This record gives sequence, C-alpha cells and structure tokens, in this order.
Amino acid sequence: MTLLAVDWLLIIEKLVLIAIIVFASLGIALYTTFAERKVAAVLQDRPGPNRAGPFGLLQPFADGLKLIMKEEIIPTSSNKALFVLGPGLAMTAALMTCSVIPWSSHIEIFDRKIDLQIADINIGILYIFGVVSMGVYGMMIGGWASNNKFSLMAALRGASQAISYELAMGLSLIAVLMLSGSLSLKTIVDGQMAAGSYWNIVYQPLGFIIFFVCALAECNRTPFDLPEAENELNFGYHQEYSSMKLGFYLFSEYINMIMSSAVMASLYFGGFDVPFLDESTLAPNIAAIIGVAALLTKIAIFIFVFMWIRWTVPRFRYDQLMNLGWKTMIPLALFNMLVTGALILLKAGV
Amino acid sequence: MQALTNRAQEVSRKPMTFMERLYIPSILKGMAITFSHIFKKQPTIRYPEQKREFSPVFRGLHVLNRDEEGRERCTACGLCAVACPAEAITMEAAEREVGQENLYREEKYAAKYEINMLRCIFCGLCEEACPKDAIYLSETFAPANFTRTGFIYGKDHLLIPNPVTEPEAYAAAKGQRN
Repeated sequence: MTLLAVDWLLIIEKLVLIAIIVFASLGIALYTTFAERKVAAVLQDRPGPNRAGPFGLLQPFADGLKLIMKEEIIPTSSNKALFVLGPGLAMTAALMTCSVIPWSSHIEIFDRKIDLQIADINIGILYIFGVVSMGVYGMMIGGWASNNKFSLMAALRGASQAISYELAMGLSLIAVLMLSGSLSLKTIVDGQMAAGSYWNIVYQPLGFIIFFVCALAECNRTPFDLPEAENELNFGYHQEYSSMKLGFYLFSEYINMIMSSAVMASLYFGGFDVPFLDESTLAPNIAAIIGVAALLTKIAIFIFVFMWIRWTVPRFRYDQLMNLGWKTMIPLALFNMLVTGALILLKAGV
Repeated sequence: MQALTNRAQEVSRKPMTFMERLYIPSILKGMAITFSHIFKKQPTIRYPEQKREFSPVFRGLHVLNRDEEGRERCTACGLCAVACPAEAITMEAAEREVGQENLYREEKYAAKYEINMLRCIFCGLCEEACPKDAIYLSETFAPANFTRTGFIYGKDHLLIPNPVTEPEAYAAAKGQRN
C-alpha cells in the first residue's frame, strides 16, 4: 500500500482524525455557549435557557440560526477584504491549536497503530504559542478594518493585553519545560504518566496559577475581558460586526477556552492520564478510550472553573490589568523559573 | 454628622495590604459564595405554566355583574364615574323597554359603559361606590394590546357571562370573589 513512497493510509488516517477533532471542537464549543448560560443561571439562582427543546438543549442551534439570519452589515468606510478576513483568522487560529494536543495514547485497528494526535511535532508547545499569537491578528485586523476609532482602540487594548500576558505565560511554561526536558506535548504528558512520577501541578503549583491567570487573559475571559467591555469601554474590537461574523469572533473565544483548557490539562494535570490507574495493563483500545474520557473530563472541569470565575469576579480596570501583568505576574514567573532551575541543579548534584 | 441609618459605613482609604494585593484570597472567597448558590432554591416562577397566586385583595380587571337570573345589575347611576379619581369611566343611560325585563334588573340601564384601562389606576373606588354591587374588580389583569383604542373596554369586554345560559364561564369569570 505504498504508492510513490507515500503512506496513503497515514494521510487518510490523519484526515479522518482532523475532521473528527475539528467537528468535535466545534460541537463542544457550541454546547459551551449553552453551558456558559446555564452555569451563569445556576450561580445566580435562575433556571437559565429551558424553552428550546428538552432542558433547553436546542438553544445553541436557535442562537446560531438567529446569528445567521441577522443582517450582514459591512460599514461602507471599512476595508472590506480585511473586515471579512478578521473573524476568519480568529477562528482559524483558534482551531489550529488543537493539532498538537495529544487526545489519548493510540488505538489499534487491523494491526495498525494510530496515534490520537494530529501531529507530534517536537516543538509542540512553541507551535501553540505561535498560533495563539496569530489569534491577536484576528483581533487587530478586525478592529483596524472597521475604520472606527473605538474598535481600533479596543483592538489595541486587546492586543497589548494579550502580548503582556503571553510573556508571563511563556516564563511560567519554561519551568515546566525544564522539568520535562522537551517541547513536545506528547513527551510532557508521557513524562507525567510514567510510573513513580507525579503530575506537574505537584512540582509547579505557583507556575500553574500564573499560567492559569494568563490563560484567562489570553482568552479574554473575565476578569480580563476588557476587549469586550460593553458598558464602560463602548464594546470591543467587534463593535462594527454583525451576524455570523460576530458569531465567529464569539465562537473563537469559546474554542480558545477549550484549547487552553486542553493545554493546561496536558501541561499540569497529566493530559489523558487517569490517576491511580496503570494504563499499560489494559488493552490499548480501551486505554485510549479511557484516556480521551479523562482528558475531556479535565477540560470540562477547567471550563467550569473559567465560567465560575466569570460569574464571580468583576472586571479589572485597565491600569490594574497592566500592573498585575507586568509588576506581579512576570516577577513571580521569573522567581518560579529561578527556583525550579536551582532545585533541578541541586537534585542533579552539580 | 449623624448617619441616617445604622447601616452606614465609613469609606476606608488605606492602601491595600500585600494579601489584598494578591487578589486570590478574596477571589476564592467570592467563588465560595457563588458556589454555595448552586444549591439554593430558585425563586423563579415558570410563567405560562405556573402562575403567581394573587392575594385575596388583588384588584384586577373590572367585571360588570349580573344577578342570579342573568339580568344586568347596573342602573347607570354614574356613581362609579363620579368616584373614579382617574376619570376612566364613561356611560350612557337608557330606559328599559317592555319585554326587556329578563335583560335588565331595573327600569334604567347602561346602554354604553366604557372603562379606559390606560387611565384606570385599579384603586377599586368604583367597586366601593356602587350601590347595586354591579361592578367589582376581578383577579385577572389587563392583557397587552396593539392600539390605544384597544384598551377602551366596552360592555362586551366587561360584562360577566350569563349564569343561567353559561354557568361554567360565569363561574370562571367570577373567580374567588362574591
């Protein structure tokens, strides 16, 4: 089955995997919007959406239909090509992140070993950071192409926030990389799964807190949702957007949330590892299914915490946001990095 | 200066301590509070299926009453219109003809009786003023309408169904009042 020295089965297998993962993340994101409203309702003693379908389960489809049916407005003074490109770029960048996340170990079909990861590249986490930075372009282009000063200022605000918090995020990540000695997410997860080793959260509690706070800021979630402060800052970079283009921006936020939850679960909480269970004793297919379930459970818990924070904490003021990022998060991340490095050296006995 | 209530608190301007600047302890405290609300009872009344019970003294839409033989009680004396502080009631009187004894209880009746529900303040003074127990305020409230003229309720809206010919509708319109 090799034609022109290309393993066609591999290509088919990867295409199927890509299709499954992309559609699964879109579906999960769809229901994350529903979960957001339900969680908000429950935390505020309300029933939440409960009219469309049983328990309101068809609500996300009703919302999507409404967004599609709305009038599509492109401001006459806007840069039309870029105006359309903005939401597409935000969505693409959000979806591209999922390619390096190891969803589970591997399954075996007809003696063929299929890794449940689209690409195990050796710079996996660096790739994620690159793609996440691309997402900032979606925001910037959207704000700039609208040709509206408020959109532009909101885009600048959002971009500076994302860049500031990416620094602290990267610094807290370096400590994890020192522990694992690899940039590949698969290797990082395998290192946490190995017998006798614990999840990275045990070694990096401070690093995890910094990473988590920065992930909130990266996803534009409360308390860092300044790019979309409707009431006090005149909405955000998507002020001029309507219909499904606005939907794409909002949707990409939810996909970002899922992906950052997956990254956090992989980096600090053992990825698809189930605690107190030795996966190597199980049949590989069963272990893979359990692994996917474990990772999805961890993601769900993270998303709940994201929402729980959103419906508890009020928004930061912009100067507080910058102070927290530059004067607290970055020094703390540097301190964490130094301590981790020193301890690793001590343990190695140099 | 003396505070108006004992709930007044002085504003503290002292700089935040290190623990406060960390934000995390107070954020966790807030999250504990919101989490406790998951287990609280929801006060929501799911409206079209469930309805909030009105108190027995609730004053809703007006009803023009009939007696037990199905005759209109109103004699168009105009006391309700005089009592009405919002001037929402207008009426025109007419004399009962021979052969209409089964329709109207007394020799004079209201040929036209209108209440403007946009003017009405549902105070119930018309009910108190009526010497014939002909008008009372029921337990339903005025439904929405598309035009202002739609809120001027005539006799066709206000008159209670005939207890002789339509006893069920009469009982439903009468409600808990007597």
